[in-house]
Amino acid sequence: MLGQSRLAEIAQRVLREAKADQIEVMITGNDSHLTRFATNTIHQNVSETDATVRVRSVIDQKTGVASGNDLSDAGLKTIVKRAETVARFQQKNPEFRSLPGPKPAGKIDAYVDATARFAPLERAEGVERILAASRKNGLEAAGAFSTEEQEIQIANSLGVSAYHRGTVAALLTVIMGADSSGWAAAASRNVADIDPARVGKTAIGKALASRNPTTVEPGEYTVILEEAAVADMLFFLGYMGMGALSVQEGRSFMCGKLGERVTGDQITIWDDGLDPRGLPLPFDFEGVPKQKVILIDKGIARNVVYDSSTAAKEPGKTSTGHSLPAPNTAGPLPINLFMAPGKATQEEMLASTERGIWVTRFHYTNIVHPVKTILTGMTRDGTFLIENGKISRPLKNLRFTQSILEAFANVEMLSSTLTLLKDDWNAIGTCAPAAKIRNFRFTGGTE
Amino acid sequence: MREFTDRALDVARAKGASYADIRIVRRETQNIEVKDGIVQDLTLAETYGFGVRVVANGAWGFASSNRLEKPEIDRVAGLAVAIAKASAISKREDVDLGPSEVHVDTYRTPLKIDPFEVSLEDKIDYLLRADKEARSVNGVRVADGALGFQRDTKTFASTEGSYIEQTLVESGAGIVVMAVSEGEMQQRSYPNSFGRHQGTGGYEFVQKWDLPGHARRVAEEAVALLSAPQCPSGVKTIILDGPQLGLQIHESCGHPIELDRVFGTEAAFAGTSFLTPEKFGNFRYGSDLVNIVSDALTPGGLGTYGYDDEGVPAQRTDIVKKGQFVGYLTSRETAQQLRKTHPDAPERSNGTMRADGWNRTPIIRMNNVSLLPGEWTFDDLIADTDDGIYMITNKSWSIDDKRLNFQFGTELAYEIKRGKLGRMLKNATYTGMTPQFWAGCDAICNKDHWHVWGTPNCGKGQPGQVAHTGHGAAPTRFRNVQVGVMKG
Repeated sequence: MLGQSRLAEIAQRVLREAKADQIEVMITGNDSHLTRFATNTIHQNVSETDATVRVRSVIDQKTGVASGNDLSDAGLKTIVKRAETVARFQQKNPEFRSLPGPKPAGKIDAYVDATARFAPLERAEGVERILAASRKNGLEAAGAFSTEEQEIQIANSLGVSAYHRGTVAALLTVIMGADSSGWAAAASRNVADIDPARVGKTAIGKALASRNPTTVEPGEYTVILEEAAVADMLFFLGYMGMGALSVQEGRSFMCGKLGERVTGDQITIWDDGLDPRGLPLPFDFEGVPKQKVILIDKGIARNVVYDSSTAAKEPGKTSTGHSLPAPNTAGPLPINLFMAPGKATQEEMLASTERGIWVTRFHYTNIVHPVKTILTGMTRDGTFLIENGKISRPLKNLRFTQSILEAFANVEMLSSTLTLLKDDWNAIGTCAPAAKIRNFRFTGGTE
Repeated sequence: MREFTDRALDVARAKGASYADIRIVRRETQNIEVKDGIVQDLTLAETYGFGVRVVANGAWGFASSNRLEKPEIDRVAGLAVAIAKASAISKREDVDLGPSEVHVDTYRTPLKIDPFEVSLEDKIDYLLRADKEARSVNGVRVADGALGFQRDTKTFASTEGSYIEQTLVESGAGIVVMAVSEGEMQQRSYPNSFGRHQGTGGYEFVQKWDLPGHARRVAEEAVALLSAPQCPSGVKTIILDGPQLGLQIHESCGHPIELDRVFGTEAAFAGTSFLTPEKFGNFRYGSDLVNIVSDALTPGGLGTYGYDDEGVPAQRTDIVKKGQFVGYLTSRETAQQLRKTHPDAPERSNGTMRADGWNRTPIIRMNNVSLLPGEWTFDDLIADTDDGIYMITNKSWSIDDKRLNFQFGTELAYEIKRGKLGRMLKNATYTGMTPQFWAGCDAICNKDHWHVWGTPNCGKGQPGQVAHTGHGAAPTRFRNVQVGVMKG
């Protein structure tokens, strides 16, 4: 990576080059490495180095954006010129007020040298621990072990200058038998926190336990959802309706409901870009410091997140620091979500369940109705019937179609610990507990 | 470029690679979005870099960088070999690529109007006109129109002697209109959902689809949907329009025929496939009417190219023939793997390895996977349907990890009663199991109603890659489908 002083220098060169009324520059850099495995071998093993400059030029309320990854003098001049040329062709945006001004952002140390220096052979050796255990049990392992370092610099002509760097290590595995599978994952800023043997052991245990699966009829069941399944629902809830634009456009479940009960009183959800338990980012993509925002408090809808564009539409509102790279017509989104834990252990949840279904995680979840928060998806990699407080038999995977808010209203127990789940595509982390939920709706099954 | 490609391949060989290839890719994109009368987004983006893929000690390695400079080429080629050697500690057998592929060639997407030469003013004006039409309808809450253009300039070279230069151009356009009422939101998209319809080709694509000419209609439909009755549930006859059927094909056929997926390489993310090798040539996928092909040569298809990203020529392959499963999407390596159990399987790849940019290693992706047209006119198909539902434009999609159990929702539906289209219905959903669903296919519209629909958002791989795929489809009827899964 290029480092703070180099990125600051590049940002200053861009700002000096610009002739626009206002200008914003975002520079991102990454060194990313991923060792992928399947059928008990490493089949893809990749490394990437990149740095991209994105310039937003504002000329007389007209905005143009250009980006490129040529960081030479000529390259930077080209990007600036393109952004300004595009802005001149633009139409005035009467809703545009201003780029944000500078505000001090919190600092958080999210960079771990060990993760940044982790070598290909070390990743391969970590993976081989899983593969060896898988082979020993007559199973086949697939998964990915990644380590990456990322940095971001945001600066603008109003004085914003913010830099952050971080590292992320993530390991996940799906281990399969002839008719079974198990999943486990771990993520952390520090690769030393990741124990491949332990991850492998958890997935192997589920793969062995889920052999010879049987079926149950679709219907409503009490479920125990592991953290990954809860995180999936939480992420979609945030995407559907916790950003200000979704409220302003009338398509959010929060519309007309701020201050009212929208789900169960055990449910408190917030977004916090500075919490070290997640994958922190202290400022948003306009350089505005991230605020901790309580979204739902004991089931009551409290707030949504804002960027500068959505805040400008509501008198008295300011950005909460949740912009995605602007302009972004999807609006601001919470990307550091937390759900408050409860008091139970997973063992207590299990013991208290007379009949239910244990779900390790979901697959291919998607929105059916955003205002009603209805989601559909499949269970995957470890689905079990619970009878009389014990796992009784493994199940073939089931499809659910369920309102998230209704499910959360039916929470009976939440686990006392939170687990960090990393998004498959980005360095976005969600921290969720496990949950016992009654009347969870399964609408189909598969072979 | 030869000095760079030769250098990378030489370094890779010197470091111990038995095979190496390099792709140098420049990707230029232009996106324009007009939302509620305001040009919200006008972005020009460019990314340029190279990726070196090697086999060393019988295993794969890949490294990439945005700096096309000689010292960096040396570093990256060396790193790719080091990564491959690290991979080799777990290998069971050496990578086998089969017979050499040696091609020296160029390819350019055929187009009439270079979209990058069309002025920004013309593009903005086009979207503003569509926006104005949409928002002239009372009850519209949001109108969001977009144009997108992409140009990939690629150079591929390999240690086997290939040197291929390609310029691939895509153009896309779409509008989505949203209407809201208490507790309800409905939307209509044209020509396709989720941003835009897209194909390979020039600005003539945008002109053809005429967003301003259709914006008012879709806006009226969005508003009407708010007060439309809920689509009834039950086992029904359905007719899917082209865009929805395109996604059905994508999810329930295109993905399970990816041979890398069949062999387990996607198990940790996207899943595996129910089309396991013993079914190859030996499985009824659908009714006798179902003929599905993979074709990277389809004119204007979003998945059309000259060569794939391991230098194999674009070609057409039968996938399902008269309902029988007969073909996979293959790569050089997977073609050899399949021949271990099926010695009569083709020795050569059918050219479906594609990478999302310079910084991703190629994996098997769909190109244009299409259901061939049938014999019916649309009017005759409706007239022949006594009791059914016509479903239009995808809104929601989900399928299990083996590509069997699926569930889709569409933006709009119409009741069909006694051979006539009747009342509008909202929130239509349907679900099923892939082979049973396709077994119920009993009528396909003809080529006059057939079009290649673009899916520009297909996700696969770790790290994630987005592929642009095409799916030829005409309105098609399916019997005995479970409709309606939503509660309330």
